[in-house]
Order: sequence, then structure tokens, then C-alpha cells
Amino acid sequence: MIPAQFDYVRPGDVAEAVRVLADSDEPKVMAGGQSLTPLLRFRLAYPDVVVDLSGLTELRGVTDDGEWLRIGAMTTHDEVMNNPMVAAHCALLSLATRTVADPAVRHRGTIGGSLAHADPAGDLPAVALALDAEFLVSGEDGERTVPASEFFLDYLTTALDVGDVLTAVRFPKMGGWGFHYEKFSQAAQAWAVVGVAAAVRRDDGTVTEARVGLTNMGSTPVRASEVEAACRGVPARLETLREAAQSADAGTDPPNDLSAQADYRRHLARVLTGRALAKAAGI
Amino acid sequence: MTTAPEAPGTDQVGSPRLRKEDARLITGQTNWTDNIQQTGMLHVAFLRSPHAHARITSVDTSAARQQPGVVAAFSGADFAGEQGSLPCAWPVTEDMALPEHPPMAVDEVRYVGEAVACVVARDSYAAADALEAIDIEYEPLPAVVDMEAALAEGSPLVHEGSGQGQGSNKAFVWPFTAGDVDSAFEGADVVLTRRYHQQRLIPAAMEPRSVVCRPDGDAFTLWSATQIPHILRLMLAMTTGIPEHKIRVIAPDVGGGFGSKLQVTAEEVLALLLARRLRKPVKWTETRTEGFQTTHHGRDQIQDVSIAADADGRIRGLKVDLLADMGAYMMLVTPGVPVLGAFMFPGIYKMDAYSFSCTGVFTTKMPTDAYRGAGRPEATYAIERIVTELADEIGMDPVELRRRNWITHEEFPHTGVAGLTYDSGNYEAATDRAMELFGYDDLRAEQRRRRESGDPVQLGIGVSTYTEMCGLAPSRVLGQLSYGAGGWENASVRMLPTGKVEVVTGSSAHGQGHVTAWSQIVADKLGVPFEDVEVLHGDTRVSPKGMDTYGSRSLVVGGTAVVEACDRVLEKARKLAAHMMEADEDDLEFTDGRFTVRGTQSPATSVQEVALAAFAAHDLPEGAEASLDADATFDPENFSFPHGTHLCAVEVDTETGEVRLRAYTAVDDVGTVVNPLIVDGQVHGGLAQGIAQALYEEAVHDADGNLVTSTLADYLVPTAADLPDFTTDRTVTPSTTNPLGAKGVGEAGTIASTPAVVGAIVDALRPFGVQDLRMPCTPQRVWRAIADAREAARSEGGQR
Ligand SMILES: Cc1cc2nc3c(=O)[nH]c(=O)nc-3n(C[C@H](O)[C@H](O)[C@H](O)COP(=O)(O)OP(=O)(O)OC[C@H]3O[C@@H](n4cnc5c(N)ncnc54)[C@H](O)[C@@H]3O)c2cc1C
Repeated sequence: MIPAQFDYVRPGDVAEAVRVLADSDEPKVMAGGQSLTPLLRFRLAYPDVVVDLSGLTELRGVTDDGEWLRIGAMTTHDEVMNNPMVAAHCALLSLATRTVADPAVRHRGTIGGSLAHADPAGDLPAVALALDAEFLVSGEDGERTVPASEFFLDYLTTALDVGDVLTAVRFPKMGGWGFHYEKFSQAAQAWAVVGVAAAVRRDDGTVTEARVGLTNMGSTPVRASEVEAACRGVPARLETLREAAQSADAGTDPPNDLSAQADYRRHLARVLTGRALAKAAGI
Repeated sequence: MTTAPEAPGTDQVGSPRLRKEDARLITGQTNWTDNIQQTGMLHVAFLRSPHAHARITSVDTSAARQQPGVVAAFSGADFAGEQGSLPCAWPVTEDMALPEHPPMAVDEVRYVGEAVACVVARDSYAAADALEAIDIEYEPLPAVVDMEAALAEGSPLVHEGSGQGQGSNKAFVWPFTAGDVDSAFEGADVVLTRRYHQQRLIPAAMEPRSVVCRPDGDAFTLWSATQIPHILRLMLAMTTGIPEHKIRVIAPDVGGGFGSKLQVTAEEVLALLLARRLRKPVKWTETRTEGFQTTHHGRDQIQDVSIAADADGRIRGLKVDLLADMGAYMMLVTPGVPVLGAFMFPGIYKMDAYSFSCTGVFTTKMPTDAYRGAGRPEATYAIERIVTELADEIGMDPVELRRRNWITHEEFPHTGVAGLTYDSGNYEAATDRAMELFGYDDLRAEQRRRRESGDPVQLGIGVSTYTEMCGLAPSRVLGQLSYGAGGWENASVRMLPTGKVEVVTGSSAHGQGHVTAWSQIVADKLGVPFEDVEVLHGDTRVSPKGMDTYGSRSLVVGGTAVVEACDRVLEKARKLAAHMMEADEDDLEFTDGRFTVRGTQSPATSVQEVALAAFAAHDLPEGAEASLDADATFDPENFSFPHGTHLCAVEVDTETGEVRLRAYTAVDDVGTVVNPLIVDGQVHGGLAQGIAQALYEEAVHDADGNLVTSTLADYLVPTAADLPDFTTDRTVTPSTTNPLGAKGVGEAGTIASTPAVVGAIVDALRPFGVQDLRMPCTPQRVWRAIADAREAARSEGGQR
């Protein structure tokens, strides 16, 4: 790998990281480096300073925060998918994280890096959006909290400013919900052509509430609100959920690329949403 | 866990020895070319064309030379007088167009990635940074991307005035006819015509290409990640005019090649010339994207195939018309690849007549060349697909149709319609075993059930009864095919004074396990422990004679040379032992490394004792030399013909187009097996690569000739996680063309599996009216094929 020249800083705490970022012209934060390194390698990014967050142990780990589960930005995919608290309160995140890349990438890549990178083909943004996660950010002007609905702005673009450090993401605890992440990819360890993150709550035979987030159906993760509305109060049966899923691609703007054309993605979104809802509903 | 038996000395051949190479390779104690360091070594980076086709109007490297750490910067013009033209060793026809191919472009570039200038710096970072300071201007010319468009009247030309008959992109036409094709087709009950596309593939060896060159006085040592150190040395000498005896080429540890390192590359030639000009060692190592763009590609053919048969399924004749994409230039064996395939289209089937024609086409893309199987996978794909189509057309089971047409085991040796004499084989045995292991009848029953119930997940079964020509090659035949060299191999075997053995082989291992297999052969022949054998290879000074490794030739040709050298060593040892034992040579028996006198109880003399006596030379028989070593060169009389039956079951999700490999059974007949673990490894890797062509891989270019799939994120190489557990077994019908009875296994899996997988998908989708799918059969393609077939059925129904 032959990137252009840059300086390298490894701060010891968040305050120092924020200070270094403020003092640099074109800094770039590095978490697990799994998405940043390719950008440097192809010389698509020319930062003057790379600020490596791997020394910030305070940003690593999962904590119980009452109504919320707080996951430090530097928690690796591997830690997230094996964490019992995540499995108990937010299983959708465990399921989706398990489908990310391969073991090597999952041992380095972080939840914070995935969300901050905001690749619409990434598996975690759709989960954060579907579950109404919140992003905890430290910047020059102090700390702030950004809801998922306001975090993903465009392709690889988020509400984070150059000087911001994403410190944690928190997910509401969701007892009594069923979950499924349906990922469709061309090879076992590849990015999603389309992914569907689904959460369903039922009252016996009736669906009371559903949340659906879509991966790679636009320049940001997309919430399938029409499907969510169509699910409310319907009988928890395969046919009704498949029927509700017919509007999964409404309002999306899926990309045309090497792995799929937009029309095929729309079709996949409908089929996979039906499947994801059914599995989340335990059918 | 496989445990290896520890029998000393005998019965090594056939035992699943763990590979000697692995402990070192797995623990990283390797010597890849990129690991090589030399005092004062400089690093080279190449500036590459961003255009598929353009005239170079100016190059200015002066600013690059001012960059920190930079020692020199050159354009193609700076080497125009000495860089020569990259060689093509296989001018398939006398009138084949053979355009100049300068290692660094001087006037015109013809593919994206072609080298136009280079920077030499103290480290690789400085070299890469300084590329941005080279000022180069181009005048873009039209790209020529599509083969058929390239042949159309008025197409822009890749090479002005150097195509066949000038003024065209047609590089050559190579025809072949046997039998009366017209009457075979005229009298036939069934004639089927199909067009198959062999997509362009990227070999993607694990280790990138890398080269280091060091000047030593007026001589040079060049290390390269190559499959062909010997051919490379010869070609470097011929290309640059540096005398052959002043060049030493070393292939250190080489991490795979699959044909892509069977090449003489621009970077190797330029490393030599830069070392000469700068009087310093230089190193260049490609990045993965650079490798994807500029290491030769594979396949890329359009195949128009027609088959004629009687109503009972007997095949009468076959016609094949190929367009083969050469890319922008003729590299080492570029035009030979499709021509080699010509002999394999008839496969294992008897027929009366066969015609073949191949048109080589220039396009503004990276040249194609040998890629695992080289011509034979293309041929096997076409024949195995169309034979299955024929079975469907006449309503016969595809295995039954094959039985009616294949050469039966009593008929060997058999000279087929393409003129090759298949020495041995037993297609019945391999097929019966494969069907039993696969559970053919049960799967067919399940397929019927799923069809009847309209299951959204349909099952399909693919059949591939392949053969291939291996053990390349009889020098005489290569000469007839206008190839520029022979196909022999050399080995020497020397017993050291302590009884240990050094084997020098001209085969050039790059991951196959030669060291282990050769040790097994020698241990058995000489009756010495497996551990006492060392195998030396891949260095033109250590193994001065060789023709290297490709075309599943190493064991068949190189292994036979080892056997013959062992026989000569034993001949010498026998003379000396007879002298030592005061016995008549003819009365000596040799078993397990010991000479004994037949019919007596006198003490044995070990081959190690003989080796020591030869070294001491105190008492040698009249005329004997003081050494126990010998050299042998083997040139095969004929090719060898591995064969086998591969059966594949796929599940196709008709809602999404997803294809799941449900089961894969491979029963191969590769003749004598020296090491079953190594053979299994070759079969597994080969299957993965053939399945990759069927389902995953494709080098895609846009209309401007840019390679769109230039990273491993876009060019999908499958991993173990994508593949099922393979069921493998073997039948053993030894080859009669070499004393080992071996046939070669390096390419079998790749050759056999592609049609088995695609055949299975088409079989699953037959109820929808699908007859073909373009490779790779991605979920999107499968889904569209189903949608299109449904649409066609609807509109047909509407018309009626
Ligand atoms: C081979 C491969 C396959 C992959 N497959 C998948 C897949 O299937 N699904 C999937 O979802 N992902 C996949 N990924 C991406 C993977 O999940 C990465 O880990 C992730 O995208 C980035 O995480 P990271 O910790 O490595 O971040 P980095 O690469 O270090 O950073 C990514 C970006 O986020 C910014 N950033 C990181 N952390 C912070 C922070 N705390 N505050 C502010 N900005 C920050 C960086 O500046 C950078 O711009 C794959 C990656 C590879 C290499």
C-alpha cells in the first residue's frame, strides 16, 4: 500500500483527540482502518494528519444505560456480535454485525467506524436507523446527541464535522420484539446488494408494530415507512407480511452498479422485506 | 486430520504425505521476491496509461526527477533503442499479425494500464509520489472494446496496418477440418446451434508479480515471481541482446500463477535494463489494482458451436467457430491458447467429422494469455454444454446420451476425430462411481417433485464428463503447431557421500508441492528415506536446464525425467555394488535400498554404502566414475489424458435468482496418484476456480476500455465460505505414455466444473424455457433470465 504522506497522532483521551483535530487542516479520524485504509491506498483521501483512536479505551465496550444500551464507538464488530447484553436487548444489531465481512475485518472494524463511514451498502446504518439509535458526538463546541434520523445525510456523509469524534451509539432496549437481518450478497463475505433490517412486535396473532431499515437502496440507509404502516395491526401471517412488503421500495432511489441494476434492487427489496418480516415475526 | 504414515523408503508413491514445504510457508519463513533486499536497492514505479487507446504527444519527466528521493525518471522514448519488443513464442500461422510490443510505450498506448514512464527512487513511497509530477500528454484515439465490433467494416484499428490483410483487427484465422462435415450435418436428424461466451477472467494469484534485478559486473541476477525462470532467461536474452550466459534468473518462493506468471513481462525486461543503466539493484512490485490491469487476462472467446446427431442421440459431427480476444498485443502464448483448445472440442465423444476455425481479434484491452486450463476449459465448456442441450432436445437423460457416444474402455488407445490418440481411460467406471456417490436418481426424483409442486426453489443437475490433454508436450507436436520451443523436461539426481540425495528439476514449483512429490518418487526408486531427499529448482544456475511448470506437465514430464535419472543412478550403483560384493551384476537384486546377491545369504550392501564408496573412489571397477549421479531429459511421445465425471446439484431461488451449490461430486481419473493429499488439493482449488467462472468472476470493461472490476471488491473471487463440501473420489487408469502412469491434475477441476455448474442452473430453469445463461451466472442474471422467459411465454401465449 502506497498512500501519500501524512502525519500520525495517537491521542490518549477524547479531549486530546478533539484538540488535535481542531489544530489540523485536513485531519482524518482512524478507528479500525478497514474503510479508511482503502481510501488512503487509492489516494482518494489526502489527510495531513491521521488521528488514530485506538488508544481511547474509554470508547470501547457496551454499558447498560437504563432504557438504553450504550456502545462505545471503538467497540469492534467482533465484540458487538458476541456481547450478551447486545444479544439480549438489541439482537438485530448482533444479527446484522454477524454478516459484516469476514472474521479478520470484524476483529479490526468498529461500530463507530462503520456508522461514521456511512456507506449505504454497510449493514449497520440501516439497523441504527430502523431502531432509532442515537449518536453521541464530541467536538470543539462540546458534546451533542444526534438521532439516527438526522445522522445520515448523503453518500458517505453524516452529521459529523471534520473536528468531531463519534464517542458512542446508543440503542433503545427492545424487549418483546422479534428481529431479523436479511442480507443478500453475491458472495458469502461481500457487501450487501440489498439488506433488510426488520423488527416486529406481535400481540398473539397480530402485528402491533414493525420497523424496517433498508441497506443499499439509496445514497443513505432508508426507512421503509410505508411497509411499517402497512404492517400495523395485520395478522402475523406469511401472506399478509409479504403483501405489506410490496411497498418496500417506495420512495427509494437504489443505485445502478456492477452487482445490480435499480429494478432488480427494487424487486429484491420487496422479496427480502417479506422474508425479513416473516422471520422477525417468528413465522 | 490426515495422518501421514511414516514408512521409511518404500511405498512412498501413493501415500498422503504432508507437504514438506508447508511448515515453512505457513509460518512465514518465506522468500517471496518482494522480501528480497539488496544493498543500495532502488524502487521502481510505473506511470500507466489512463486511456485505452491514445497517441502520446509529449512526456516530460524532468519535474519528477526533482522530487525528494528520486534517482531517475524515464519515458518509453528513453529506452526506445534498447527495450526491444516483448516476445510471442507462438506465431500460430505464417501470416499472423505480430505488432511491435515495446515494454514501455513510445508513440501510442493500446490498453489502460500500459506503462508509459517510470520513476526510480530510494523507496517505493518516493517513487509512487513522484509519478504525479510526470507531465504527459495524450491525443485520445477510439477504443476498440468489443470483438464483433472490432471486426466490423470501418472499425477503428488497434494497430494501423498490421492486421490480417492489413487494415483490420483480425490477427489470424486458424482453421482445422477432419472428415466430411457437410454430409455429417446434411444427413442429421437433429442439428443444434448455440453461442457461448467465455467471459474475460483475471487469474488473481495470491502473490502479486514482483521483480528484483541486480547487476553483477557485466552479468545480472534477476529474481522474479515467475513460473518460467528458464524460458524467461532465454527470452530476456533474446529481447535485450544481453547474452544468455550473463543472465541468471531465480524464481524464489512463488505464490501461485495459474498461467499468469507464464509470461515475459514489460516490468521484467525493464528491471533488467534499469539495473544495467543505473548500475544498481532495482525492485518493482505490483499493487493489486495494477496487477488486475496489467497482468495478462484469461479466456474471452465467443464460441459458435453446432452439433449434428441422429434421432437416437448418436453424434455425427461438430462445428466450432471461435472469436478469441487477443487484447492489444501478442504476448508469450496469446494466440496459442485458443488453438490448443481446438483439439479438445470433441471431448470424449466419437463422431465422424469436425471443423474448427479460430479468428484472433485485436482490441484495446490487456492481452489475454494462458489461464488455468488454457484453451481446454473453453472447449470442454462448449462440448459439455451442447451435448446436454442435445440430450434435452431429443428427450434423453444427459448421462445416457454421453454413454451412447463416448469411447468405451475397450476401445483404447483411440484416435479421435481431432487426431489425438487417447492412450487410456475408463469413462464408464468414473461415471458409475460419480452417480453412486452423488445419489443421481434420488436427486432427479427430488427435482421432479419440486417441478410438480411449483416450488419457488428449483433443483438442477449438471453433468460434465471431461477429458483434457496434459503433460505438455511432445516437442515434435509443438513444432508442428509452430510453437517456438520444445516440451521436454530435465532432471538430475545425485547421491551425496553420506547417502543423502539432491534432486535438481527443471520444473518450477509455485505452490503445487513438487518438493514433496519428487521426494516420494526418489525415495521409492532409490530406497532412501523421504526425509533424505532435497529438491532444488527455480534457479537457472542451480537447475540449468528446464522448461518450467504449466499445462499439468510437471509430474508427467518432469517427474518422468526424475524417474529416468534415478534409473541411471541405479545402473551406476549396481555396477559398483557388484564390484564391492564380488558378484555378477545380473545376480544382484535391489529392494528397499539394498543390493543382495540372488539365492545367497551373503550380507546386503546399501545404496548409501555404494554412494560413499563412489565418493571415496578407492576401488572402482574399470571405467566407473567417482560419482553416483545422473542426468536425464524426457520428451514425451504423446500427451496424457486425464478424465472424469463431475456432477453438480444446484438450488435456484426463483424469487431472487440466487444459486446455491447443493452438492458437488468429482470422480477424476488422473492415472497413478503420487500423493493423494496433493491431488485432492489440486482438485479442490481447481473446482473453486471453475466454479468462480460459472458464478462469480468477470473482468468488466466500460465502453471506453476501462477495467471496471479493478479491485477484489468488484472482481469477486470466491472463498471457502462460498463453496460446498466437495465429494471427491478417483478411478485409476494409468497413462501408458510415461513410466509413472501419471496424467496430470493441475487443471482438471477447473476444466470440468464450469459446465457442470452452469449446466445445473440451466437444468433447474428448463421448465421456464431457459436454455442458456451468460457467465458468471449472478443472481441478477438468473432472475432476469427467468423474468425474460416468463415474458416470452406470455407473449407467445397471447399471440396464439
Ligand atoms: C474486505 C472488507 C469487507 C467488508 N465488508 C463489509 C460488509 O459486508 N458490511 C459492512 O457493513 N461493512 C463491511 N466492511 C467495512 C467494515 O465494516 C469497516 O470496519 C467499517 O466500514 C469501518 O470501520 P473502521 O472501524 O474500520 O473505520 P475506519 O476505516 O477507521 O474509518 C472509516 C471512516 O469513519 C471515520 N471514523 C471512524 N471512526 C470515527 C469516530 N469514532 N468518529 C468520527 N469519525 C470516525 C473515519 O475518519 C473514516 O472516514 C468491509 C471492509 C472490508 C475491508
